Amino acid sequence: MKLVIGFIPLLDCASLVVAAERGFAAQEGLDLRLVRETSWANIRDRVIVGHFDAAHMLAPMTIASTLGIGHVKSPFIAPISLGLGGNAITVSLSLWEQMAQQGASAGDFTLAPAAALKRVIVARERAGIEPLTFGMVYPFSCHNYELRYWLAAAGIDPDRDVRLAVIPPPFLADALRVGQIDGFCVGEPWNSVAVDAGVGAIVTPTSALWPRSPEKVLGCRAEWAQRYPEPLEKLLRAIYRAAVWIEDPDNHGEIAKLLAEPGYVGCSAELLHGALKGRLALLPGAHPVPLEEFFVPARHSATFPWVSHAQWMYAQMVRWRQIELLPEYAAAARGTYRPDIYRAALAQLDVDIPRADTKPELFFDGRTFTPPP
Amino acid sequence: MSEAALRILLVDQNVTRASILEEGLREAGYTDVTVVRDMQNLLRRIVDADPDVICIDLENPNRDVLEQMFQVSRVDAGPVAMFVDKSDADMIKAAVESGVGAYVVDGLKKERVKAVVDMAVTRFKAFNDLRDELDRAKQALGERKVVERAKGILMKERGLTEDDAYALLRKAAMSDNKRVVDIAQAVITAAGLLR
Repeated sequence: MKLVIGFIPLLDCASLVVAAERGFAAQEGLDLRLVRETSWANIRDRVIVGHFDAAHMLAPMTIASTLGIGHVKSPFIAPISLGLGGNAITVSLSLWEQMAQQGASAGDFTLAPAAALKRVIVARERAGIEPLTFGMVYPFSCHNYELRYWLAAAGIDPDRDVRLAVIPPPFLADALRVGQIDGFCVGEPWNSVAVDAGVGAIVTPTSALWPRSPEKVLGCRAEWAQRYPEPLEKLLRAIYRAAVWIEDPDNHGEIAKLLAEPGYVGCSAELLHGALKGRLALLPGAHPVPLEEFFVPARHSATFPWVSHAQWMYAQMVRWRQIELLPEYAAAARGTYRPDIYRAALAQLDVDIPRADTKPELFFDGRTFTPPP
Repeated sequence: MSEAALRILLVDQNVTRASILEEGLREAGYTDVTVVRDMQNLLRRIVDADPDVICIDLENPNRDVLEQMFQVSRVDAGPVAMFVDKSDADMIKAAVESGVGAYVVDGLKKERVKAVVDMAVTRFKAFNDLRDELDRAKQALGERKVVERAKGILMKERGLTEDDAYALLRKAAMSDNKRVVDIAQAVITAAGLLR
């Protein structure tokens, strides 16, 4: 069966690319056609109108569509995660210098750099200087919520003390260079692209803010999943096997080369290789340093759609006033994640699948998100 | 209310396509049309233009920049996006297929704005069809050149007339279930190898 899947050029489209290119989809009798898209809005719309059967999607986007925030209400599901982590927060070199003067140091992933940023912001405000602007990729994205969480943890109000602007990933390094923005939160390879171009400093990988945090999912319409349960299960198995293959360090070189092709991510294979290995240069010219569990494609049940992830995302939508807190919204957000479909699809593979649908989520500021029952 | 009262913003990096739509809108009596081609500070420009409706081409990655305006629709009274209910599904389909994204900034004017979106859809589609046709024509021209070169090689190497050379290519294509241009390309490649 032919399946058309939309994707955005980012490191974490890897399991879709590998499923299509390395025979994991064919093994399930699927003919996977990957279509590169230019915006998340296009991805969502083309899934809604049926151009795509499923797509590489920002996890919160599936929930936003299900709830009908900002666009037409269209129930989506997220039956598999496309890996954990892979994002980082990067600032311009001039902002990094100011933060360093206030006590930030490279490779310190505690609250300290955010606290230093807070002091920079206070000083700027006193001097009557314009607020700083941070870029992120989409209003309903983990990048937006992670950046806001990081800022708020240090007492920075993301809606009052700074400006947040959506900028597509390929334009972020340039926006930083020309001073249109002072920092951003984005997935790889786009942080490394800014460091490599000599315009940015990576302050923290988001894997340090929230270890094993969600990022992209495979999203499809709930109606489509209901109509094609078998192809969907086959697709999940193909993605799962591809993710396990990506996890093997012996394959990293080959994946980096594959993703570097212009039809996929289209950037330097070396930067992609670094991100796969979890070794990033934090400052221009610096040696890459190992980052713990930076991007996890398969280990630690990385493909499992934890309902607690969906609950956290809905909590952020409420926290940042994108939607009200209502029991029916909370239930709909929860229901977007479908561990039941994941379990059914993987049952025949004899792999370890979590029995619980939720788990406590631990954050860098010592807080725990305990999923509401 | 007159059409002139509607403020329309077009975001399109394709100059020709934007002018075609702009012209159509002006002919229909919409005089307040702003075209944005430079994507720097897009949100700022939109705020300054204060439009009632925004049309953006779907090839534009900056479409996500625009979506930021519509993230708040329930809690605070703010701009709303086009296509807020299921009944708009057909319109989304038509828009997406023609390669245009449309947003209504003032929800109260939604009904009036529909005519603008319809026109954007029609003009975008007409432009894209024309572009596809041009691409096909260019491709056909390229293919004809390949066939001409292959014919030339066969005429020289095998001493055939032009008609016979073409007949040979066609026969090979039919027996291999391939296109004439593919056989012609193979002839050119082979000739290159044998040289």
